[in-house]
Amino acid sequence: MQDVCTTGERLFKELDEYIKSINATPDKLISVLQKAQEIFGYLSPQVQQYIADALNIPASQVYGVVTFYNFFSTTPKGKVQIKVCLGTACYVKGADRVFERFLEELGVEPEKPTKDGQFSVHAVRCLGACSMAPVVLVGEKDFYGRMKPDMVPRIIAKYREVKS
Amino acid sequence: MKPILVLVSVDSNSVLLGAKQFVNYLREALEKYNLKDSVDVLETGSMGVYTQGVVMAVFPDDVYYSVRSVADVEKIVSEHLLKGRPVLSLEIPRERLKLVVEKEKVTEEVRIVLRNIGVIDPRSIDQYIARDGYFALHKALFEMKPEQVIETIKESGLRGRGGAGFPTGLKWQFTAKAQADQKYVVCNADEGEPGTFKDRLIMEGDPHSVIEAMIICGYAVGATKGYIYIRGEYYGSVENIQKAIKDAYDYGFLGENILGSGFSFDLTVRLGAGAYVCGEETALLESIEGKSGRPRLKPPYPPTNGLFGKPTVINNVETFANVPQIILNGANWFKQFGTQGSPGTKVFSLVGNVVRRGIVEVPMGVTVRELIYKFGGGLVGGKQLYMVQTGGTAGTFIGVDKLDVPLHYESFRDHGVSIGSGVILAMDEDVCPVDVALNTMEFFEHESCGKCTPCREGTRLAVEILRRMSRGQGKREDLDTLRQIAITTQEASLCGLGQSINVPLLSILDNFREEFLAHIGATACPRGVCRFEKPVTKVKTRV
Repeated sequence: MQDVCTTGERLFKELDEYIKSINATPDKLISVLQKAQEIFGYLSPQVQQYIADALNIPASQVYGVVTFYNFFSTTPKGKVQIKVCLGTACYVKGADRVFERFLEELGVEPEKPTKDGQFSVHAVRCLGACSMAPVVLVGEKDFYGRMKPDMVPRIIAKYREVKS
Repeated sequence: MKPILVLVSVDSNSVLLGAKQFVNYLREALEKYNLKDSVDVLETGSMGVYTQGVVMAVFPDDVYYSVRSVADVEKIVSEHLLKGRPVLSLEIPRERLKLVVEKEKVTEEVRIVLRNIGVIDPRSIDQYIARDGYFALHKALFEMKPEQVIETIKESGLRGRGGAGFPTGLKWQFTAKAQADQKYVVCNADEGEPGTFKDRLIMEGDPHSVIEAMIICGYAVGATKGYIYIRGEYYGSVENIQKAIKDAYDYGFLGENILGSGFSFDLTVRLGAGAYVCGEETALLESIEGKSGRPRLKPPYPPTNGLFGKPTVINNVETFANVPQIILNGANWFKQFGTQGSPGTKVFSLVGNVVRRGIVEVPMGVTVRELIYKFGGGLVGGKQLYMVQTGGTAGTFIGVDKLDVPLHYESFRDHGVSIGSGVILAMDEDVCPVDVALNTMEFFEHESCGKCTPCREGTRLAVEILRRMSRGQGKREDLDTLRQIAITTQEASLCGLGQSINVPLLSILDNFREEFLAHIGATACPRGVCRFEKPVTKVKTRV
């Protein structure tokens, strides 16, 4: 855990700089949390407490906001997050089968990371690319449209390579 | 200005088809053939309802191509741009893009909101100005009093395009009349209605139209600060809006003393963090304040007690995008489109099993049939249309008997067909109403914020019953229980989310009652979709 501490300190410093740069007031809590999740990957109790202190609000309020929004996570996710849209337009085009295939291929449960921590699979609401249904979002910006279950292994392979 | 101009659609849907890659290749190819100095490349928004490939247009030749691979790009450059021979095999017939009138009295596409999309580079403020951009702002600031601006919007009959259809002018007037030291203008860009992606394409393709409208609104109601609340997942929209705001500041359309008029207005972007309920106006305001997005008790309404407790106008992206054109051309011009009660146009998202999926802007009063068959090109594979979801997840499910109902803000009250946010989701015979109802209610169960009991528990109960039904364990009395849940939730819920679940639930129960009954006591799903009697049932996850 030693090295985690040192990287941890560095990460907290980065968060601190962000909070100062936007002159954070309590109404900017969500922006701060978004940045914190970007930095840490997820929002641990320590991070939440830190933000509560920095913005001078109760930790319970921070926790309430964190657990309210889908975007925030209090547990680690995979390095590569695979988000399968199960909105109605995707659903009627067979998105559930794509979702199941991802779980099968990776041998994981929804939301939980794979053993190596590389992937996690999430069912999400409409991603707003309905004319390309079914849609899958890998990471933050890689969209895959007109998905079929058979395309799943290829996509997984692509992001395994990135790691090595 | 170079002699040849190539436009490429790079909206979010085209990007999925490889638009970015094609543009990069196009630039490389122009370099390779030494055409760099004679060809301009312009990345623009969606060029129309076309989803078979990325649309590329060559001007002044006025030739439209559908590009599916870099080889296609190569062909266009080496044949058309270099040798002047259009590549016929890749050409798209114009009528498939720009929709033509087939017969008299058939609805035609009218572009008010989408007028610049697919025409200008959304990242260029100059191109927006060249298309009369910020003219309306100038007109409002120097030729009109704030009351006249409000009067024009009221007179135009513009109604909220987010789904509820509240008269925009009235909202502005209430806010203008409220006395306060600070007022706000908020743009609801938390587009979360499954099936809807119009606001995304508007922000990606013509961000300045929204910004201009918000400044005009600020002037009209006496607000000096605005927020655009955008879904966090909409990266392209966020980028383009942020760039547009920066340019607007540089040009003096935002900030202190706009164009020397003495009026000042500031605009900030806030990102959503993934909660459907934040599309509800008071929940959205809570979220901007940095809190959990739980709806407030109404009244008081935002025009008197909105953001940070101050008077606030809150409108949808599409509503705002109409404003500059109304100010510029007048209320009467606007009223020539659409119906008497719902003037203007509506942007529809055509999705599901239609041939051409995409967005289309047509006058209010268009029918579902026209949207699906004329603009959407009918169903994929020539299949039979079975069910249509109109208006979004909080909208209605209709059968083929209601295809000829004209869509406007009264069509739900009069005919049980909701216009909502403009989704038209066509489904063929391969779907099962029970399964679709379950998917819909799972969505509401997950997105219910939990603040009020009827919505939290009502959605949970509805899911439980529908899940049982989809496993082949439904009972006859379940149908009555579902009805009761729908009605109770609607009557007793705090906000629009819970109050609207009766719309999808009752419409699917009523319009497809036979199918629900056929699931009860059956040995297999009559439509072959639901998985009956399996020891481990289908992994159903929350949406």
